[in-house]
Amino acid sequence: MQKASSLLNKYEEDFDNLSSINPGWSSDLRNKAMDTFREIGFPVRRKGNEKWKYTNARPIADVEYSSGKFEKMDSNDIKLIAPWHESWINLLFVNGHYQETFSGSLSTNIQISNMASNDLAENLTSNVGGIMDYSDDGFAALNTAFMSDGPIITVPEGENSGIVINLIFFNQGLSDTVNYPRVLITTGGNSIVSVIENYVGGSGDQTFTNSVSEIYVGEDATVNHYRLMNETDDTYDVGYGRVRIDTNGAFNSRSFFRGCGIGRYDLNVSIEGENASCDLQGLYFTNGAQHMDNFINIDHVRPNCQSNLFYKGILAGRSRAVFGGTVLVRKEAQKTNSVQSDKNLILSPHAEVDSKPALFIYADDVKCAHGATAGNIDADTVFYMRSRGIDLEAASRLIIYGFAGEIIDKVEIPELRSYLGESFLSSLPSHRFEF
Amino acid sequence: MSNSQKLIEIKDLHVSVAETEILKGINLSIGFGEVHAIMGPNGSGKSTLANVIAGRPGYSVISGDIVYKGSSILEVLPEIRARAGIFLAFQYPVELPGVRTWQFLKSAIDAIRNENGQEELKIRDFDKLLEEKRKLMEMDPDLVRRSVNEGYSGGEKKRNEILQLALLDPTLALLDETDSGLDIDALRIVSHGVNIFKSPEKSVLIVTHYQRILDYITPDYVHVLVDGKIVRSGGSSLAMELEEKGYDWVKDVVGEEVNP
Repeated sequence: MQKASSLLNKYEEDFDNLSSINPGWSSDLRNKAMDTFREIGFPVRRKGNEKWKYTNARPIADVEYSSGKFEKMDSNDIKLIAPWHESWINLLFVNGHYQETFSGSLSTNIQISNMASNDLAENLTSNVGGIMDYSDDGFAALNTAFMSDGPIITVPEGENSGIVINLIFFNQGLSDTVNYPRVLITTGGNSIVSVIENYVGGSGDQTFTNSVSEIYVGEDATVNHYRLMNETDDTYDVGYGRVRIDTNGAFNSRSFFRGCGIGRYDLNVSIEGENASCDLQGLYFTNGAQHMDNFINIDHVRPNCQSNLFYKGILAGRSRAVFGGTVLVRKEAQKTNSVQSDKNLILSPHAEVDSKPALFIYADDVKCAHGATAGNIDADTVFYMRSRGIDLEAASRLIIYGFAGEIIDKVEIPELRSYLGESFLSSLPSHRFEF
Repeated sequence: MSNSQKLIEIKDLHVSVAETEILKGINLSIGFGEVHAIMGPNGSGKSTLANVIAGRPGYSVISGDIVYKGSSILEVLPEIRARAGIFLAFQYPVELPGVRTWQFLKSAIDAIRNENGQEELKIRDFDKLLEEKRKLMEMDPDLVRRSVNEGYSGGEKKRNEILQLALLDPTLALLDETDSGLDIDALRIVSHGVNIFKSPEKSVLIVTHYQRILDYITPDYVHVLVDGKIVRSGGSSLAMELEEKGYDWVKDVVGEEVNP
């Protein structure tokens, strides 16, 4: 308890320091969130805590972090480690702080504002904190209390230029530091936008990235949302995605996660208008002693909506992955069509996945299916390939890439698809099946 | 023993699977340009023979030898055997989800070419070759983009095996019950593919339960395998005789072994 209180004192101190420089528009929100954090702390108790049953938050909670440090980066270095393209709007944030925008073309009606700014119009700031319910979640409360910078992306009605907004959150890897990225995306009726969120960098001892993204999908609007995590073994990354979909809206999410020290993405999609849909797909791979937790909840509030959840995991070394969360079909949500699937390829006898997708259905006229699998490659498959002259190593690569390709091939931005197929996948552990 | 005319010589081969002896002393020589058929009832060991030659793990050679192009291959890895020209058309071709047919076949052909000191095939040349073989086997044009064998019918899978035979152009083709589950059209296409493959430098070993495929691919020799032993060998007329009289007939005459 002694340690816990000294850690809390450190957060209090940082909070006071930040309050003097943070913009006034967010002070109420931040103060309330800090109150909640003081009250509930980190979710370190796991007994009876379904949300954190398979992930131990204790190592993250036990570090005394300092925040606010930031050294300017050469953006050319970033271009080597994160996907970007000159036709995209690329925004670089270093340790949670905005540094610069680089791109070839900026002509768009999409408005991108900076949360750090003091003089933001109320219509921009009023939605910040509107979806993220932090009342029972210490990490989300902490992010909200400490948010100081991040993009507010406002897509006007009818905007459909196909522009890609690429957000790069680079973690400089300064030991024992924490950063709090925050994103807000709101889309007007009948608009289409693609946003990529990258969480990259790391190394150093125990860096912690604690992020929250809130996304409003307007009527007849489509949001294509990509989230990449490419950090290091010493990094803790706990992120939240909170999504609300209006009538006829579509939210398409593609997640690509390498494992890190402890990684977790808590995605919650609330389908609040009729005839709306969400398609959530993801690929995670873990190696060494990494840990990756996907906690995904879909709430079907209204009738005639669809949700698809399709995730795949590749696990090597002694790593561990968790896939949890529920699809809730409320009583009013008749004619819901929902499919959940999580498939895992286990490359090592020491790796482990806890895959527990669940369905709660309170409506009586719905079509729902779910399933989870975990397996290794069978000997027949490998012999078939070898009998064609392909050796074990090449066969392993074809199988692993093939497994991952089912998710990567569906990425609709060509430059991102090739980045994922080349740079991201090449960081897979080289593996040889033993037969 | 050194007969330079032979492509493969199987010498008193005893093989067990999980402690059970399946092949109990097989002697079989296949010369260049020859087509041999191994016929036999279920469980006689004929598929085991084809798989042992291809190097499938899980089979233990207790004694005897398999000499291919003059060298024993018992210790040779299956991929090296493949690169040396041994091809097995599977009885149950395997589905490879996510592995595109194009990539799979390009990897295979390049692995074989690398082993033989040749450069990797240029993409354009490979595409041309693959398209030619696809047409030969009357496969769906979409094939190259699809995952290997995924969602194929039994007949399509077998045609895809022979497409691979045509593309990889080995020296020895082992056809493990390729005819089973084929309708008459598919049987005609598959047989056509094998007949085009046949040449004075290439040999074929057909493993089959039924005589039907031998109406399309005429064997030079037919061997009858019963309970792990070749009990009778003869010309193509032996297949006819088997069809008429059934396997019980050979079982009754076990003892009168005839070797070519």
